[in-house]
Amino acid sequence: MDKATDNSIQIDARGVYYRDLNASVREAIARGVKQIKLLNVNGQRYIADGLDRQVSIEVHGVPGNDLGAFMNGATVTVYANAQDAVANTMNAGKIVVHGSAGDVLGYGMRGGKLFVRGNVGYRVGIHMKSYKKQVPIIIAGGCAGDFLGEYMAGGIVVVLGLNVGTPHGSSVAGNYIGTGMHGGSIYLGAEADPRRFGKEIGITPLNEEDNQLLKELLGEFCADFDLNADEVLSRSFTKLTPHSHRPYGKYYAY
Amino acid sequence: MSYWDEKCISGCGLTGFIHVNGARESGAAVLESIAVIRERGNGLGGGFAGYGIYPDRADKLAFHLMYQNEKAHEDTERFLLQRFDITCAEPIPTRPNKFIQSPPLLWRYFASPRADYLRRANVSEDDFVVDAVMTINAQIAGACVMSSARNMGVFKGVGFPEDVGEFFRIDEYRGYIWTGHARFPTNTPGWWGGAHPFALLDWSIVHNGEISSYGINKRYLEMFGYKCTLLTDTEVVAYLVDLLVRRHGLSIRMACKALAPPFWREIDAMPEDEREAMRALRMVYASAALNGPFALLFAYKNGLVGFNDRIKLRPLIAAKRGDTYYMASEECAIRQIAPDLDDVWSPVAGEPVIVELGKGLVTENEFEPAGGRVRSQS
Amino acid sequence: MNLSQQVGEFVVRVDPERCRRCKRCVLNCGFGALSFENGVVADHKKCAACQRCVVFCPEQAIRVEHNPLAMKDNANWSYEHRRDIWRQAESGGMLVTGMGNDKPFFIFWDRMVLDACQVTNPSIDPLREPMELRTHIGKKPDSVQFERQPDGSLKLKTNIAPVIELATPILFGAMSFGSISLNAHKALAIAAQRCGTLMNCGEGGLHEELYPYGDNIIVQCASGRFGVHAEYLNRGVAVEIKIGQGAKPGIGGHLPGEKIGLEVSKTRMIPQGTDALSPAPHHDIYSIEDLRQLIFALKEATEYKKPVGVKISAVHNVAAIASGVVRAGADYVMIDGFRGGTGAAPTIIRDNVGIPIELALAAVDDRLRQEGIRNQASILAGGGIRNAGDVAKAIALGADAVVIGTAALVALGCRICQKCYTGNCSWGIATQRAELVRRLDPHEGAERLTNLIGAWSLELKEVLGAVGVNSIESLRGSRERLRGVELTRDTLDILGIKPAGR
Repeated sequence: MDKATDNSIQIDARGVYYRDLNASVREAIARGVKQIKLLNVNGQRYIADGLDRQVSIEVHGVPGNDLGAFMNGATVTVYANAQDAVANTMNAGKIVVHGSAGDVLGYGMRGGKLFVRGNVGYRVGIHMKSYKKQVPIIIAGGCAGDFLGEYMAGGIVVVLGLNVGTPHGSSVAGNYIGTGMHGGSIYLGAEADPRRFGKEIGITPLNEEDNQLLKELLGEFCADFDLNADEVLSRSFTKLTPHSHRPYGKYYAY
Repeated sequence: MSYWDEKCISGCGLTGFIHVNGARESGAAVLESIAVIRERGNGLGGGFAGYGIYPDRADKLAFHLMYQNEKAHEDTERFLLQRFDITCAEPIPTRPNKFIQSPPLLWRYFASPRADYLRRANVSEDDFVVDAVMTINAQIAGACVMSSARNMGVFKGVGFPEDVGEFFRIDEYRGYIWTGHARFPTNTPGWWGGAHPFALLDWSIVHNGEISSYGINKRYLEMFGYKCTLLTDTEVVAYLVDLLVRRHGLSIRMACKALAPPFWREIDAMPEDEREAMRALRMVYASAALNGPFALLFAYKNGLVGFNDRIKLRPLIAAKRGDTYYMASEECAIRQIAPDLDDVWSPVAGEPVIVELGKGLVTENEFEPAGGRVRSQS
Repeated sequence: MNLSQQVGEFVVRVDPERCRRCKRCVLNCGFGALSFENGVVADHKKCAACQRCVVFCPEQAIRVEHNPLAMKDNANWSYEHRRDIWRQAESGGMLVTGMGNDKPFFIFWDRMVLDACQVTNPSIDPLREPMELRTHIGKKPDSVQFERQPDGSLKLKTNIAPVIELATPILFGAMSFGSISLNAHKALAIAAQRCGTLMNCGEGGLHEELYPYGDNIIVQCASGRFGVHAEYLNRGVAVEIKIGQGAKPGIGGHLPGEKIGLEVSKTRMIPQGTDALSPAPHHDIYSIEDLRQLIFALKEATEYKKPVGVKISAVHNVAAIASGVVRAGADYVMIDGFRGGTGAAPTIIRDNVGIPIELALAAVDDRLRQEGIRNQASILAGGGIRNAGDVAKAIALGADAVVIGTAALVALGCRICQKCYTGNCSWGIATQRAELVRRLDPHEGAERLTNLIGAWSLELKEVLGAVGVNSIESLRGSRERLRGVELTRDTLDILGIKPAGR
């Protein structure tokens, strides 16, 4: 049942096929609705895909795969765990997940922000790209799985590891961190065994610019999740960057 | 089966749960769960395995068979009668469903091995049953065994899983373990036998992904007498588990380590005893290793196991609520039937999530073979 | 003495305008084809087309061409056929040649193609994701048992026979010291160590200077038993009984007297200048149980610490022979196909005897599996392996690892001129003449070999990535990943692969 008040509505998604749900969302936006609340979501895919208006969408329940794929400007807040492929090739906008999220997040991301309170899965931030001011950002409060930032060409990934040492927080990031990385930066908020690093990356000491950046980004992150920014910023951060722009030059006989 | 036969490739969705305290629940739950992730399938296959579904005939082997034609039916029954005492032979109960068209003949038999035949064969009862299953699948054209164990059964076919489940009246059975599968095959669209789960004895497998090592896994299994006839790569998993766990006596965790071995650099970094053990395991079972992306759920009479390839290329999520553990390709499949969960987590690549009846989540290294703590479910 | 009726196969042309008369070519030619008299003078008949002069001329002034002698075309009588008869009419002897069968027999590698993954099963990115080539050679049990220690930790209970660990499934084949120079041997040993693989010292014994590389050397025990003593057997990481080699199945090894210099004489313990002939059969092996006896004698002599393998040539009943060899207790079987190289062999044998390794390998792998004994020995396959594509296909057919001989020598500079038996190799490889041997710097040679193995290993990883597996054991024996193109039904059947399109 839809309830409309001027420019905000509520949609009950229980049992609604994703195509119909997303069509309703788009239709509402076309009408001029600026705030949409989706209730009883469970598994509907492709929510907010390709949206390019400054609208805000609340997702109550677990959204299906590919949330916010190709998104170009909306703000989506999820009040549950999210699944796989969130922010796939996202260009602009913001996604906030009050829970954990799955695998292959931010694949090919080219702008915008993805904030996840809990853990993120495998192959997060693959082939992120940036250009001048267009810088994609992924921040996770918990831990990440293997292949974090694989093949990254630009952008910023921050994994805080706030839950390291608890049952689902064995290590801030998994193996093969940044393999194939040739641009961008990864910041880890807890110590990682250097044996987990991909061949193409190394530790870079943080400078004033980095600290300023973290202050800004984590300030926003902590505000979104009601965390103590000072405490989070007092953590010891490790910055990982690629050694070279052309890591595979020597493998080929030209 | 010669090398000429084609292997069917499929992508899919999985779901499953186990009531650790043995409580039996209607199959309607697994139907509801798989229906939420029907997008992962394309309507060309669905199936379910239920354990504890024949409580008043729990001492009898329950063979579930599908026949393409009457001849297959007759030939198989004749074969079964030679080797087994059959106390009951009946069609598997179904209800019409407008999306399930031209089903094969579906029969079930409650049976025990004939004592004289078993004595003469001089093999264990399990081997006797395995041999019968391999023979039917390989030699009786048009016949295919869906399941072959006590107090469990596989129901599968071509169609969306909820339709297949409806057709087989899954809601009328009650089980303490249920697994379900939605299939997206890209070959042989009409073949009921290609749907998951694949079962042998009380092992049943549902699988998402593709086994790129299938060519060598199949040839390896053939050395031990298994015949891969069902044109789908998942079949090898059922037989590999049977070989490694039942015949070779490896624990489930060790068998999983053979199927998804740690990388050499990880093995090199292990303490000496563990390194020697892992090295030996990996060398001996090189041809059993499953390569390619996979998420698997395999169930047996005493437990449910969820398991990924070692770089986790397929999704799998696990969860717990009270005495029940859930595993599925997507969290929404679990939430549909258990909206409130005590814990939800993503299993680690290559590390099996093992939940045992009466025990719950098994986290330590186990050295006893899987059958070592049998609690008879009668 | 009658005048020889033969003419040179090649013509050496020196561009007089470019030639700066440095005489480097004259010095470099090992065949004595060039001399100097107011300019470079070529005795074309002696030219072997080894390209040494061409490469070393600082002005690129030299061209070696086919002698453009016109002979009446004849589809049955090639020039070579006619030439060989002239040679035999003049000598009355068996024609001898070097390297491997050069005749245009069908090459099965070139008619097999590999699968690649798309959509339903993704390929893997070998540059960014782990790709494992590690291979273990040796006998493996059917299953393993574990036991729990008092502290709860895991321990292996089953005894595993000694296995050799290779970093990559490519080994250097057996080439004797004698057929090749000491410097070539050293280059192979150094490279084997660097690449985490093995070289095989062949049937000429092991020179002391190679002792430090023992952990990367297979020592061979051939019918001539050259250089075989207890310390030798224990030096290497494995012992290989040489029953045959692909270039000359059924006959023995042959090192012409020209190549028995001081060091060879010392290592082989035979007089200088004599021909070193290894008899065809081991004179103590006339039946399979004799082989078993030798295998166990060697195991006893090495205290069961080393795998003992057997090298056989690919012949008609290679599958049955291999089965016998495995049941006799061998830890690995090395099968050498008919394209395998040699330092010297009668041409008639090299070009007409033996079968292709592709078929032999498939047949042996199948037979061992049918008999349920495939795990009891590793299969090493060789005989004309030319590139990483051949390696990948060999592994998909069932080889545990692949052996390269000719390819390794080509990496060192060999041009396959087939004159190894003369001992005049200008590149310092197949010779014992000190002034020629000196040209092959073992360290530079080792670097070239290491580059080759490294490049092929990278290529192998690319292939693995394309077929969607991240460790070599998942491609090994997986015939499903191969397809045949334009092969007959019988061939497809023997290879155990489907035709492309199915």
